[in-house]
Amino acid sequence: MMDKQQMQEFIAKRVAMELQDGDLVNLGIGMPTLVANYVPEGRTVYFQSENGFIGLGPAPEDDETDPCITNAGAMPATILPGGSFFDSAMSFGIIRGGHVNTTVLGALQVAENGDIANYMVPGKMVPGMGGAMDLLVGAKKVIVAMEHTTKGTPKLLKECTLPLTAVNAVDLIVTEMGVIEVTARGFVLIEQNPEYTLEQIREATGADLIFSMKLKPMVVA
Amino acid sequence: MEKIISLEEAVNLVRDGDTIMVGGFLAVGTPERLIDALIAKGVKNLTLICNDTGFLDRGVGKMVVAKLFSKIYASHVGTNKETGRQMLEGETEVILVPQGTLIEQIRSGGFGLGGVLTKTGLGTLVEEGKQKVEVDGEKYLLEKPMRANVALLFAEKADISGNLTFHGATRNFNTYMGAAADISIVEAGEVVQVGEICPDDVVVPGVFVDYIVDGGAL
Repeated sequence: MMDKQQMQEFIAKRVAMELQDGDLVNLGIGMPTLVANYVPEGRTVYFQSENGFIGLGPAPEDDETDPCITNAGAMPATILPGGSFFDSAMSFGIIRGGHVNTTVLGALQVAENGDIANYMVPGKMVPGMGGAMDLLVGAKKVIVAMEHTTKGTPKLLKECTLPLTAVNAVDLIVTEMGVIEVTARGFVLIEQNPEYTLEQIREATGADLIFSMKLKPMVVA
Repeated sequence: MEKIISLEEAVNLVRDGDTIMVGGFLAVGTPERLIDALIAKGVKNLTLICNDTGFLDRGVGKMVVAKLFSKIYASHVGTNKETGRQMLEGETEVILVPQGTLIEQIRSGGFGLGGVLTKTGLGTLVEEGKQKVEVDGEKYLLEKPMRANVALLFAEKADISGNLTFHGATRNFNTYMGAAADISIVEAGEVVQVGEICPDDVVVPGVFVDYIVDGGAL
């Protein structure tokens, strides 16, 4: 069994394989941020940071930190050669206007029709949606990177019970158990982590799970 | 018109009950000295329009801790637990607005538009009470313009006529809030004479800046 950190790296590595050469990508805060570390060799991917730039680079060395260059989670960041800074109107024009190829976000719940809930638990945790609602509506492809369950409670459901961040938005879900496509027929498992049986994956899923005719093992480099 | 004023003169332009817009994104590009001076002055019952509520000790978060606000419009409040506490205990009304919608509402308020149509928020709590408009068969939410009494902004550099330049990711909401407020005050890291900023490099033209406070470099 993988520990939490190994699980997150495994998910991030598999998500990174989805990114294509030349893509403009926006990564959410938390586990999705790890995806930037695993872009497959030979592919150039541009990362957008919704606080105002394209060309988000890795965290700086301590002595090179610039307080005016941070990622959207306020962590010190760098901008790569060829990058550009802009304001929030431009940033969200890029996002809403369909100019971001892929966004990778975490989720509390995803429904079989692609609805997603990831910005509040009423009365308990209300951090706000930040840029997530715009990203879900505007990005061409939406990938959810998350653990398959919350301590055994399914997060893939027939319908979300928490307030939605967007409707019919999710295209692909990558968890430690497998890779699931959101289709008109519902959740389709297209890759299976060999560490889990199909029965285990089905039990951890709170909606019907269709096994793809082309089901493959989930393998990362 | 002389635009350079002192910190004290600047915060005296903010009155109890005002709506203020404050630039910055998680305290990057936030006018920290104006905020500190406003807290020291002790103004109350303000409405805040800002991307987020910063941190307990940084950005607009310091004003949340000092309980300056009765109402807050923001896209994200998760980095400041005091905002969450005031919201959950009913002390402060917090209205969560999608980030891309918030900047467009501000842009509309400053640029003479009656609002914007966006798909963001359709089918969520955000659409409650809002008009839906169909354009060529596509549904949108009508998001109305926002304005404020005073905007508090930060720029890397200002010339004395108010032309502004920025560094890094500090542009965020600073570039449009000045247009959407009756009075806009910029805390500039550096103040220079007219002619010292090349017109090609001006990001915000001085027409949107009423007053400048020399905040000293960060």
